[in-house]
Amino acid sequence: MKIAVCIKRAPDSETRFKIGSSGTGIDEAGVKFDISDFDSYAVEFALQTIEKGGGGEVVVYSVGTDASQETLRKALSMGVERAVLLKTDAPVFDSMAVARALAAELQGGGYDLILFGKVAADTAAGAVGAMTAELLGLPVVNSVSKLEVGGGKGTARRDLEGAAESIEFPLPAVVSIDEGIARPRYPSLKGIMAAKKKPLETKPAQLGDVRLSIVKMELPADRPPGRIIGEGAAAVPELVRLLQTEAKVL
Amino acid sequence: MLPPMQDFFDIDSVLSEDERAVRDSVRQFVDEQVLPIIGNAYIEGRFPREIIPQMAELGVFGANLPEEYGCAGLNNVAYGLINQELERGDSGIRSFASVQSSLVMYPIYAFGSEEQKRHWLPRMATAEAIGCFGLTEPDYGSNPSGMITMAKEQADGTWRLNGAKMWITNGSAADVAVVWAKTNGDPSDKSIRGFLVPKGAKGFKAKDQKGKLSLRASDTSELSFDDVELPADSILPKSGGLKSPLMCLTQARYGISWGAIGAAMACFEEAVAYAGTRIMFDKPIGGFQIQQQKFADMLTEIVKAQLVSLHLGRLKDAGRYTPQQVSLAKRNNVDMATDVARECRRILGANGILAEYSAMRHMANLESVYTYEGTHDVHSLILGQAVTGLNAFK
Repeated sequence: MKIAVCIKRAPDSETRFKIGSSGTGIDEAGVKFDISDFDSYAVEFALQTIEKGGGGEVVVYSVGTDASQETLRKALSMGVERAVLLKTDAPVFDSMAVARALAAELQGGGYDLILFGKVAADTAAGAVGAMTAELLGLPVVNSVSKLEVGGGKGTARRDLEGAAESIEFPLPAVVSIDEGIARPRYPSLKGIMAAKKKPLETKPAQLGDVRLSIVKMELPADRPPGRIIGEGAAAVPELVRLLQTEAKVL
Repeated sequence: MLPPMQDFFDIDSVLSEDERAVRDSVRQFVDEQVLPIIGNAYIEGRFPREIIPQMAELGVFGANLPEEYGCAGLNNVAYGLINQELERGDSGIRSFASVQSSLVMYPIYAFGSEEQKRHWLPRMATAEAIGCFGLTEPDYGSNPSGMITMAKEQADGTWRLNGAKMWITNGSAADVAVVWAKTNGDPSDKSIRGFLVPKGAKGFKAKDQKGKLSLRASDTSELSFDDVELPADSILPKSGGLKSPLMCLTQARYGISWGAIGAAMACFEEAVAYAGTRIMFDKPIGGFQIQQQKFADMLTEIVKAQLVSLHLGRLKDAGRYTPQQVSLAKRNNVDMATDVARECRRILGANGILAEYSAMRHMANLESVYTYEGTHDVHSLILGQAVTGLNAFK
């Protein structure tokens, strides 16, 4: 089994961020970056699949600036065999351009399975996986919380609101991973040292025509302060009236 | 993300990528596996053995020893950062790792035969074998050269060991004890050699010391040796004189200088968060000048300690550090951490006495750390001697 996992460098999900001086992105000072959460589940699932399934190879890909090398090396320290950085001069927001760069590289790679996280922790667009599948002419299943592969086919489970779906598809295929599939391992200290010696190839990303860009990023407006309208049971009629007429939630 | 106050001098920017990766991995482990259980383990007075396999899988044991013995081969700064993160959890957890790494694996690596290294080090890296270190005796703590534990070589080359050791971390759990003893009736500290004493050897007993109010999440034991017969190959062949165990202590003290920073950071972070949300006199207590001065003082001391240990680590990696520099770092950083923990406990008010918060646990633990591995006062005398050239020990 040969598995490619496409990962993104994203701010750690617990980061509290500020908007940078350009007004089109976050201020990266003091912000910790990591493998985007859902992508790290995909890496873990790929590693477990190879470990259980009697061999194969896991390769990680990322489209991004040189800073993404650290993200790729983290995947190498978890046990991935090799990594490829499709290098850009600046972060790219256009999902289609990212998908084009990935498809151009993955085409002919002989992968049985190409994995993505279901959405990136920063942009939350959730588009690159499906676009890459389309460019490669492969079936795609999104937001998968359980996955079994073997014998040239895959079976995926998708958790929906109040129900679950099971889907069967032929390999090769593209799958985007939801949480719950596998808890990412801690990179071991030996793994971190070994990662320094593993191959990390850098190539220019074939983005094509980049059509989307962020022109403005802003934080939500501050919520108006709460107000106290009275105390105890005596305040209830006024509270009900305001919930009906002002907040319009009743 | 690290709150900026945790890395006020942007030390991250002078760490290498793999040093940061090591720190982050151990930090995540401590956040997810240690912090949720440590308060209860402390109250119950038990070392949480269930985390040993995960620590081994992570690779923290003997992490700065070479890969050929199954270790990670990290540099000393990365090793220090591991200690910092473990002690951010609890001094008992860090002590377990320090003993296994610096006091058991290190002497086997430095003074052992090739067979001893090949036999023990890979097993200890995976925690298949746990070790302890027996130097201190009931009547000989700061003065180990007075030890009375004695090994006598027999006509057939085997050894017979008699004596007792006290305050031994991991003593009752250990599969093997590195025991320091004088040899062949010679009372001079030049006759001190190291021996590997396996658990279960006839005449060897280990008993936990009860009633501790500090390091409660750690096993501390008394060891006794009553005519214990040891094979000829149980001696560490390259050990010789008091210098050998002191070399081990220098390794451990180096790690402790980092560990203390972790304990201080944990208390500081907790107190800052508390002061930001605890309302008294209609505003967060962090808004009062009296608390802000405490935070300014503590931040300053933490940053100084971080810079001392980092620089010491770089010197150690370059092979240019001295035991006296290690004394300065251990003495300063542990003293700093005991002060920070106590001050943070006070900022937490009545809540600060609960195990739900970490400050009082760290505060109590650090009293042991202040006392072991060379008490604060012993390090004062080492530094005093370095300054004046005059020996105040005798």
